[in-house]
Amino acid sequence: MFSETVELRGHIIDSLILPKVLDEILTRGAGFKIAEIKVGQNRVDQSYARIEVSASSEETLAEMLLRLRQHGAEVIERADVQLAPAPADGVFPENFYVTTNQQTFVQIAGKEVSVESPMIDSAIAVSADKRSARSVKFYDIHEGDIVVVGQQGIRVEPVQRDTDRTSIFQFNATVSAEMPKTATIREVAREMQRVRQRKGKILVVAGPSLVHTGAGDHLEKLISLGFVQRLFTGNGLAVYDIESALYGTSLGVNLKGGALVEAGHENHMHAINRIRQAGGIQAAVDQKIVTRGIMHACVRQGVDIVLSGSIRDDGPIPGVTTDALEAQRIMRDKLRDLTLVLMMGSMLHSLAVANMVPPSVKIVCVDIDPRAVARLTSRQTFRAVGLVTDIEPFLRELTQQLEHPDATSSGVSAS
Amino acid sequence: MRELLLCPPDHYSIEYEINPWMSRARGADTPLVQAQWKRLYETLSSLDTKVHLIPPQPKLPDMVFTANAGLTVGRRFIPSNFRHQERSAEAKFFADWMEQHGYEVVWLPSDLYFEGEGDALFGGDALFCGYKFRTDINAHRAVADLLGCLVVSVELVDPRFYHIDTCFCPLPDGGAMWFPGAFDEYGQRAIRDRLQNLIDVPEDEAAGFCCNAVVLEKDVVLPDGAKTVAAGLRDRGYTCHKLPMSEFLKAGGACKCLTMHMPQREKAC
Repeated sequence: MFSETVELRGHIIDSLILPKVLDEILTRGAGFKIAEIKVGQNRVDQSYARIEVSASSEETLAEMLLRLRQHGAEVIERADVQLAPAPADGVFPENFYVTTNQQTFVQIAGKEVSVESPMIDSAIAVSADKRSARSVKFYDIHEGDIVVVGQQGIRVEPVQRDTDRTSIFQFNATVSAEMPKTATIREVAREMQRVRQRKGKILVVAGPSLVHTGAGDHLEKLISLGFVQRLFTGNGLAVYDIESALYGTSLGVNLKGGALVEAGHENHMHAINRIRQAGGIQAAVDQKIVTRGIMHACVRQGVDIVLSGSIRDDGPIPGVTTDALEAQRIMRDKLRDLTLVLMMGSMLHSLAVANMVPPSVKIVCVDIDPRAVARLTSRQTFRAVGLVTDIEPFLRELTQQLEHPDATSSGVSAS
Repeated sequence: MRELLLCPPDHYSIEYEINPWMSRARGADTPLVQAQWKRLYETLSSLDTKVHLIPPQPKLPDMVFTANAGLTVGRRFIPSNFRHQERSAEAKFFADWMEQHGYEVVWLPSDLYFEGEGDALFGGDALFCGYKFRTDINAHRAVADLLGCLVVSVELVDPRFYHIDTCFCPLPDGGAMWFPGAFDEYGQRAIRDRLQNLIDVPEDEAAGFCCNAVVLEKDVVLPDGAKTVAAGLRDRGYTCHKLPMSEFLKAGGACKCLTMHMPQREKAC
């Protein structure tokens, strides 16, 4: 998209110049956003509007601006960004620009530079040669690094709504617990197939409830079918998955019968010990200690597993990153080339991903808590779909759809 | 007593083409020019007005169209910044003359095209200004700033009606006669929103420049040939003075183009 900001001044309301300009923009297939409007209070007071105009091509934009100038629109000369050095390691200069997760451009020495790795709640650091810019977190910044301050010279380009009318992602729709989900799940399945065909990458972010609800087998299947390239989770899911692989229980509950197994609560501790003894998940799979389950499928399929720990973790098992900042850094690195994210039953890991994921990535969020769905999908405008449901029936149907795309679905009941 | 400014047509002829009416192949008939202008002068003089004359200048044939000299409000005169090079030299003569006659001359920034009363007419509680062919809309804003009045900017879309005074003529009763087809739909709506009792002029009469009329209270001095409009005006109690204007129509002007009010209004609002 190409865009410019124009200003309109004068008796633009009485003369209908403002609606005329806006209509003109729309009829030429371009878009606008009114950034500011001040309407004159008295009859002779003039009004003011600042409008961001965007078009799909430079030519369309230029032609339109030419026409808008006839109606008195003045194009605002875009100024360079203001820069200041970081005063210390891990400290941004005063008044640093706080990013959104939208694609952002900064103007440096008259040239517009795209900010690499757009990420919400970050600052923008400019390279020493001032030819590139990237979004940075506190831990990325060192004393003397050049950082963007103020609001000047910054342009944010929202991701466009999906033009495919049938896309389930285009309205950030949430399928509530009371609504049927089959059609949405079918679309998710189609999207995953498209991603796989185009050699895109799918990330699954999941919490331990996935194993508790008995959905582990479905995720294992999804991984075996090659629909998962990365898995972000915590110590819990890995432990319960291995517990279930070794003992058939998840936190002591028999996953087939649903009954609490005697002394079952100890199982996960034994599972942790076995993995620690083996030297890690990969080693446990290699030594055929773990022969089934999600972790096993990941190792076999070469899925990149990122395990980040939390303060309540038992163990943890080897491979869990316990330094939260280090975990954030690893996750961020592995989010750059994604196409689709499936978030299931994990508020904390999912929020971390939602905060760091580039704006172009589509998100499918499944959680039994509608508030979690709302929070997670709100970050990705026009790119997210939410389903309020138990994970197990969702994953069961999704896996069926992916295994047998043309079979009639049995449907998923609301939880 | 109303005061008007006219310029004798001693140097008037079609020497260039800056609107669709002008054709150098179709020159003006000089004796007829003199006769038609004299009749206008006499008619206006007879209607309780004081008519001033500015000395015409050689090589400035369109100086006869004094309405385009500028806009006068009270004792302030805003000279035009002509769009066409052919007319730009007129501005200084008009400004000097107005200054000599005690008016405060206030120029607009030189990069804003503005063609005076030709594109700025008071109607009701607003100053209606045309834009695109001759005047820039940004000049409207400058005029509004200067005068502190409401300026309704309307886009002119038919090149035959290149100034607002060729297609729109406010009347003292708060109405106007106009040719809607000369404006885009937004301009039409903006005018309808502010003025009532509009007299819609049929296209053939509009093309005869019947809207290019000088209105002096109940007297309307307009080109002959506008039967419908004249009847409409008479119905509203106006007296029509229909004058032959054929030689000035060749340059895209008629009664109003040949006349500038001094002032058009005593106060802008």
